[in-house]
Amino acid sequence: MTGDTKQRLTLLRDMLIEHVPHAKALGLEVVAAEAGMCRMKVAYAPHLVGNPDTGVVHGGVITSMLDNACGVAVQMALGEPTSIATLDLRIDYMRPAAPRRDIIGEARCYKVTRSIAFVRGVAFQDDVENPVATCVGAFMLAANRATSPSVQARAQARAALDADEASAGAKD
Amino acid sequence: MRDLEHIAQGRSINEVMATIPYVAFLGITFEPVGDELLAKLAFTQHLIGNPVLPALHGGVIGGFLETAAIVHVTRESKSRVLPKTIDITIDYLRSGRPLDTYARATITKHGRRIANVQVIAWQDDPAKPIAAAHGHFLLEPLSARATC
Repeated sequence: MTGDTKQRLTLLRDMLIEHVPHAKALGLEVVAAEAGMCRMKVAYAPHLVGNPDTGVVHGGVITSMLDNACGVAVQMALGEPTSIATLDLRIDYMRPAAPRRDIIGEARCYKVTRSIAFVRGVAFQDDVENPVATCVGAFMLAANRATSPSVQARAQARAALDADEASAGAKD
Repeated sequence: MRDLEHIAQGRSINEVMATIPYVAFLGITFEPVGDELLAKLAFTQHLIGNPVLPALHGGVIGGFLETAAIVHVTRESKSRVLPKTIDITIDYLRSGRPLDTYARATITKHGRRIANVQVIAWQDDPAKPIAAAHGHFLLEPLSARATC
Protein backbone atom coordinates (compact mmCIF):
# COMPACT_ATOMS: atom_id res chain seq x y z
CA MET A 1 0.00 0.00 0.00
CA THR A 2 1.43 3.38 -0.95
CA GLY A 3 1.37 6.41 1.31
CA ASP A 4 -1.26 7.97 -0.94
CA THR A 5 -3.53 4.98 -0.60
CA LYS A 6 -3.22 5.15 3.18
CA GLN A 7 -4.12 8.79 3.04
CA ARG A 8 -7.21 8.08 0.96
CA LEU A 9 -8.29 5.34 3.34
CA THR A 10 -7.99 7.85 6.14
CA LEU A 11 -10.14 10.25 4.12
CA LEU A 12 -12.71 7.53 3.48
CA ARG A 13 -12.74 6.57 7.14
CA ASP A 14 -13.02 10.14 8.34
CA MET A 15 -15.88 10.86 5.94
CA LEU A 16 -17.69 7.69 6.93
CA ILE A 17 -17.38 8.20 10.66
CA GLU A 18 -17.99 11.94 10.40
CA HIS A 19 -21.20 11.58 8.40
CA VAL A 20 -22.72 8.44 9.90
CA PRO A 21 -23.59 9.19 13.52
CA HIS A 22 -24.34 5.57 14.39
CA ALA A 23 -21.03 4.34 12.93
CA LYS A 24 -19.30 6.92 15.09
CA ALA A 25 -21.30 5.91 18.18
CA LEU A 26 -20.34 2.25 17.68
CA GLY A 27 -16.70 3.08 16.99
CA LEU A 28 -16.69 1.57 13.48
CA GLU A 29 -13.51 2.04 11.50
CA VAL A 30 -12.71 1.31 7.84
CA VAL A 31 -9.40 -0.58 7.82
CA ALA A 32 -9.27 -1.50 4.12
CA ALA A 33 -11.23 -0.78 0.97
CA GLU A 34 -10.72 -1.65 -2.67
CA ALA A 35 -12.92 -2.22 -5.71
CA GLY A 36 -15.99 -4.09 -4.44
CA MET A 37 -14.53 -4.74 -0.99
CA CYS A 38 -14.56 -3.14 2.44
CA ARG A 39 -13.04 -4.29 5.70
CA MET A 40 -14.16 -2.65 8.94
CA LYS A 41 -13.27 -3.01 12.57
CA VAL A 42 -15.22 -2.45 15.76
CA ALA A 43 -13.22 -2.16 18.94
CA TYR A 44 -14.60 -3.85 22.04
CA ALA A 45 -16.40 -1.33 24.24
CA PRO A 46 -18.56 -1.75 27.35
CA HIS A 47 -21.65 -0.12 25.76
CA LEU A 48 -21.74 -2.79 23.02
CA VAL A 49 -22.23 -5.71 25.42
CA GLY A 50 -25.41 -7.76 24.95
CA ASN A 51 -24.93 -10.17 27.82
CA PRO A 52 -23.44 -8.63 30.98
CA ASP A 53 -22.76 -12.07 32.47
CA THR A 54 -20.45 -13.14 29.66
CA GLY A 55 -19.36 -9.76 28.26
CA VAL A 56 -20.29 -10.94 24.74
CA VAL A 57 -21.10 -8.15 22.26
CA HIS A 58 -24.76 -7.88 21.13
CA GLY A 59 -25.68 -9.29 17.71
CA GLY A 60 -26.95 -5.86 16.70
CA VAL A 61 -23.38 -4.56 16.70
CA ILE A 62 -22.39 -7.29 14.20
CA THR A 63 -25.49 -6.48 12.12
CA SER A 64 -24.61 -2.77 12.07
CA MET A 65 -20.98 -3.39 11.13
CA LEU A 66 -21.83 -5.91 8.38
CA ASP A 67 -24.63 -3.69 6.99
CA ASN A 68 -22.24 -0.76 6.91
CA ALA A 69 -19.36 -2.77 5.41
CA CYS A 70 -21.71 -4.20 2.75
CA GLY A 71 -22.87 -0.68 1.88
CA VAL A 72 -19.31 0.57 1.47
CA ALA A 73 -18.42 -2.55 -0.59
CA VAL A 74 -21.32 -1.73 -2.94
CA GLN A 75 -20.15 1.88 -3.25
CA MET A 76 -16.63 0.62 -3.97
CA ALA A 77 -18.03 -1.61 -6.73
CA LEU A 78 -20.00 1.16 -8.43
CA GLY A 79 -18.49 3.29 -11.13
CA GLU A 80 -20.06 6.50 -9.97
CA PRO A 81 -21.58 7.66 -6.67
CA THR A 82 -25.11 6.33 -6.34
CA SER A 83 -27.53 6.39 -3.46
CA ILE A 84 -28.15 2.88 -2.16
CA ALA A 85 -30.52 1.26 0.32
CA THR A 86 -30.40 -2.14 2.02
CA LEU A 87 -33.21 -4.34 0.68
CA ASP A 88 -32.47 -7.29 2.92
CA LEU A 89 -29.73 -8.70 5.04
CA ARG A 90 -29.45 -12.18 6.50
CA ILE A 91 -27.03 -12.78 9.36
CA ASP A 92 -25.95 -16.26 10.46
CA TYR A 93 -24.29 -16.45 13.86
CA MET A 94 -21.65 -19.16 14.14
CA ARG A 95 -20.25 -18.41 17.58
CA PRO A 96 -20.26 -15.65 20.20
CA ALA A 97 -17.50 -13.08 19.74
CA ALA A 98 -14.78 -13.47 22.38
CA PRO A 99 -15.11 -10.55 24.85
CA ARG A 100 -12.59 -7.71 25.07
CA ARG A 101 -11.31 -8.18 21.52
CA ASP A 102 -11.86 -6.33 18.25
CA ILE A 103 -14.22 -7.75 15.64
CA ILE A 104 -13.44 -7.46 11.93
CA GLY A 105 -16.16 -7.31 9.28
CA GLU A 106 -15.32 -7.90 5.65
CA ALA A 107 -17.83 -7.51 2.82
CA ARG A 108 -17.60 -8.15 -0.91
CA CYS A 109 -19.99 -7.02 -3.59
CA TYR A 110 -19.96 -9.92 -6.07
CA LYS A 111 -22.59 -8.81 -8.57
CA VAL A 112 -24.06 -5.51 -9.67
CA THR A 113 -27.06 -5.31 -11.99
CA ARG A 114 -28.85 -2.20 -13.21
CA SER A 115 -30.99 -1.98 -10.07
CA ILE A 116 -29.48 -4.31 -7.49
CA ALA A 117 -26.10 -5.06 -5.91
CA PHE A 118 -25.48 -8.42 -4.24
CA VAL A 119 -23.10 -8.71 -1.30
CA ARG A 120 -21.81 -11.19 1.21
CA GLY A 121 -19.71 -10.69 4.26
CA VAL A 122 -18.07 -12.27 7.24
CA ALA A 123 -17.35 -11.13 10.80
CA PHE A 124 -14.39 -12.70 12.58
CA GLN A 125 -11.72 -12.05 15.20
CA ASP A 126 -8.36 -13.76 14.54
CA ASP A 127 -9.20 -16.25 11.86
CA VAL A 128 -11.52 -15.64 8.91
CA GLU A 129 -11.96 -19.45 8.74
CA ASN A 130 -13.53 -19.39 12.23
CA PRO A 131 -16.17 -16.71 11.72
CA VAL A 132 -18.37 -15.10 14.36
CA ALA A 133 -21.04 -14.50 11.72
CA THR A 134 -21.61 -14.45 7.98
CA CYS A 135 -24.10 -12.38 6.03
CA VAL A 136 -25.67 -12.10 2.61
CA GLY A 137 -27.66 -9.17 1.37
CA ALA A 138 -29.08 -7.18 -1.52
CA PHE A 139 -28.95 -3.42 -2.01
CA MET A 140 -31.18 -1.31 -4.21
CA LEU A 141 -29.30 1.17 -6.41
CA ALA A 142 -30.44 4.76 -6.98
CA ALA A 143 -32.68 4.24 -3.99
CA ASN A 144 -33.53 7.86 -3.40
CA ARG A 145 -32.72 11.31 -4.63
CA ALA A 146 -30.70 12.40 -1.63
CA THR A 147 -27.11 11.24 -1.90
CA SER A 148 -25.23 10.60 1.29
CA PRO A 149 -22.28 13.00 1.70
CA SER A 150 -19.95 10.06 2.20
CA VAL A 151 -20.86 8.79 -1.29
CA GLN A 152 -18.74 11.47 -2.88
CA ALA A 153 -15.78 10.63 -0.66
CA ARG A 154 -16.12 6.93 -1.43
CA ALA A 155 -16.21 7.68 -5.14
CA GLN A 156 -13.10 9.84 -4.87
CA ALA A 157 -11.28 7.20 -2.84
CA ARG A 158 -12.35 4.53 -5.34
CA ALA A 159 -11.08 6.59 -8.31
CA ALA A 160 -7.82 7.26 -6.49
CA LEU A 161 -7.40 3.57 -5.65
CA ASP A 162 -8.01 2.63 -9.29
CA ALA A 163 -5.39 5.13 -10.38
CA ASP A 164 -3.05 3.73 -7.74
CA GLU A 165 -3.55 0.16 -8.93
CA ALA A 166 -3.07 1.22 -12.53
CA SER A 167 0.22 2.94 -11.76
CA ALA A 168 1.35 -0.03 -9.59
CA GLY A 169 0.44 -2.35 -12.49
CA ALA A 170 2.44 -0.17 -14.90
CA LYS A 171 5.52 -0.58 -12.70
CA ASP A 172 5.23 -4.42 -12.73
CA MET B 1 -28.49 -14.58 32.12
CA ARG B 2 -29.06 -14.43 35.84
CA ASP B 3 -31.15 -11.24 35.64
CA LEU B 4 -33.85 -13.10 33.75
CA GLU B 5 -34.71 -14.81 37.01
CA HIS B 6 -35.88 -11.45 38.26
CA ILE B 7 -38.57 -11.34 35.57
CA ALA B 8 -40.07 -14.45 37.14
CA GLN B 9 -39.82 -12.68 40.49
CA GLY B 10 -41.92 -9.82 39.17
CA ARG B 11 -39.15 -7.36 38.39
CA SER B 12 -40.05 -5.10 35.51
CA ILE B 13 -38.72 -6.14 32.15
CA ASN B 14 -37.41 -2.61 31.60
CA GLU B 15 -35.32 -2.78 34.77
CA VAL B 16 -33.80 -6.01 33.55
CA MET B 17 -33.25 -4.66 30.02
CA ALA B 18 -31.57 -1.54 31.40
CA THR B 19 -28.80 -3.80 32.72
CA ILE B 20 -27.92 -4.84 29.15
CA PRO B 21 -25.53 -2.12 27.95
CA TYR B 22 -26.30 -2.34 24.19
CA VAL B 23 -30.07 -2.29 24.81
CA ALA B 24 -29.66 0.83 26.96
CA PHE B 25 -27.31 2.37 24.37
CA LEU B 26 -29.92 1.98 21.60
CA GLY B 27 -32.71 3.14 23.95
CA ILE B 28 -35.00 0.12 23.74
CA THR B 29 -37.84 -0.23 26.25
CA PHE B 30 -40.91 -2.45 26.46
CA GLU B 31 -44.55 -1.51 27.00
CA PRO B 32 -47.26 -4.03 27.83
CA VAL B 33 -50.26 -3.55 25.53
CA GLY B 34 -53.02 -5.96 26.48
CA ASP B 35 -51.44 -9.42 26.52
CA GLU B 36 -48.66 -8.30 24.22
CA LEU B 37 -45.33 -6.68 24.78
CA LEU B 38 -44.53 -3.79 22.47
CA ALA B 39 -40.87 -2.94 21.92
CA LYS B 40 -40.04 0.74 21.59
CA LEU B 41 -36.91 2.33 20.16
CA ALA B 42 -36.78 5.97 21.25
CA PHE B 43 -35.23 8.17 18.59
CA THR B 44 -31.87 9.72 19.33
CA GLN B 45 -29.39 11.35 16.98
CA HIS B 46 -26.75 8.62 17.35
CA LEU B 47 -29.09 6.08 15.69
CA ILE B 48 -28.83 7.87 12.33
CA GLY B 49 -27.12 6.07 9.45
CA ASN B 50 -27.88 8.53 6.65
CA PRO B 51 -27.90 12.14 7.85
CA VAL B 52 -29.08 13.53 4.49
CA LEU B 53 -32.48 11.82 4.38
CA PRO B 54 -32.20 11.49 7.45
CA ALA B 55 -32.69 7.78 8.13
CA LEU B 56 -32.01 5.30 10.92
CA HIS B 57 -29.00 3.02 10.42
CA GLY B 58 -30.00 -0.37 8.98
CA GLY B 59 -28.01 -2.05 11.73
CA VAL B 60 -29.98 -0.18 14.39
CA ILE B 61 -33.24 -1.50 12.93
CA GLY B 62 -31.70 -4.99 12.77
CA GLY B 63 -30.46 -4.83 16.37
CA PHE B 64 -33.85 -3.52 17.54
CA LEU B 65 -35.77 -6.32 15.78
CA GLU B 66 -33.37 -8.95 17.11
CA THR B 67 -33.76 -7.62 20.66
CA ALA B 68 -37.56 -7.55 20.35
CA ALA B 69 -37.49 -11.17 19.15
CA ILE B 70 -35.16 -12.32 21.94
CA VAL B 71 -37.26 -10.69 24.67
CA HIS B 72 -40.47 -12.11 23.20
CA VAL B 73 -39.01 -15.64 23.05
CA THR B 74 -37.64 -15.32 26.60
CA ARG B 75 -41.05 -14.25 27.88
CA GLU B 76 -43.03 -16.88 25.98
CA SER B 77 -40.72 -19.77 26.82
CA LYS B 78 -40.31 -18.58 30.45
CA SER B 79 -36.62 -19.26 29.96
CA ARG B 80 -33.95 -18.17 32.40
CA VAL B 81 -31.32 -18.23 29.72
CA LEU B 82 -31.25 -15.70 26.89
CA PRO B 83 -32.01 -17.51 23.62
CA LYS B 84 -29.18 -17.37 21.11
CA THR B 85 -29.77 -16.00 17.65
CA ILE B 86 -29.00 -18.66 15.03
CA ASP B 87 -29.95 -16.49 12.08
CA ILE B 88 -32.02 -13.42 11.33
CA THR B 89 -33.15 -12.00 7.99
CA ILE B 90 -34.16 -8.37 7.91
CA ASP B 91 -36.27 -6.98 5.07
CA TYR B 92 -36.06 -3.21 4.84
CA LEU B 93 -39.40 -1.88 3.58
CA ARG B 94 -39.15 1.88 4.11
CA SER B 95 -36.43 4.14 5.38
CA GLY B 96 -36.57 4.65 9.14
CA ARG B 97 -37.31 8.33 9.76
CA PRO B 98 -36.05 10.17 12.85
CA LEU B 99 -39.03 9.09 14.95
CA ASP B 100 -39.72 6.55 17.68
CA THR B 101 -40.01 3.04 16.28
CA TYR B 102 -42.15 0.18 17.56
CA ALA B 103 -41.94 -3.56 17.05
CA ARG B 104 -44.10 -6.58 17.72
CA ALA B 105 -42.80 -10.15 17.62
CA THR B 106 -44.77 -13.34 17.04
CA ILE B 107 -43.59 -16.90 17.37
CA THR B 108 -44.39 -18.83 14.20
CA LYS B 109 -43.19 -22.10 15.67
CA HIS B 110 -42.02 -22.87 19.18
CA GLY B 111 -40.10 -26.12 19.11
CA ARG B 112 -38.28 -27.86 21.93
CA ARG B 113 -34.92 -26.31 21.11
CA ILE B 114 -35.63 -23.77 18.40
CA ALA B 115 -38.16 -20.97 18.02
CA ASN B 116 -39.02 -19.42 14.65
CA VAL B 117 -39.94 -15.79 15.19
CA GLN B 118 -41.28 -12.97 13.03
CA VAL B 119 -40.97 -9.30 13.94
CA ILE B 120 -42.53 -6.21 12.36
CA ALA B 121 -41.41 -2.62 12.97
CA TRP B 122 -43.30 0.58 12.28
CA GLN B 123 -43.22 4.25 13.26
CA ASP B 124 -46.25 6.56 13.24
CA ASP B 125 -48.50 4.26 11.20
CA PRO B 126 -48.73 0.53 12.05
CA ALA B 127 -50.14 -0.03 8.54
CA LYS B 128 -46.84 1.17 7.05
CA PRO B 129 -44.14 -1.13 8.41
CA ILE B 130 -40.54 0.03 7.94
CA ALA B 131 -38.97 -3.41 8.39
CA ALA B 132 -39.86 -7.06 8.85
CA ALA B 133 -37.57 -9.78 10.13
CA HIS B 134 -37.69 -13.50 10.72
CA GLY B 135 -35.17 -15.61 12.51
CA HIS B 136 -34.36 -18.79 14.38
CA PHE B 137 -33.43 -18.74 18.06
CA LEU B 138 -31.79 -21.49 20.09
CA LEU B 139 -33.68 -21.93 23.33
CA GLU B 140 -31.21 -23.88 25.46
CA PRO B 141 -27.50 -24.38 25.04
CA LEU B 142 -26.71 -27.95 24.03
CA SER B 143 -23.80 -28.16 26.45
CA ALA B 144 -21.69 -26.02 28.73
CA ARG B 145 -19.24 -25.66 25.85
CA ALA B 146 -21.85 -23.84 23.79
CA THR B 147 -22.04 -21.01 26.31
CA CYS B 148 -18.93 -18.94 26.10
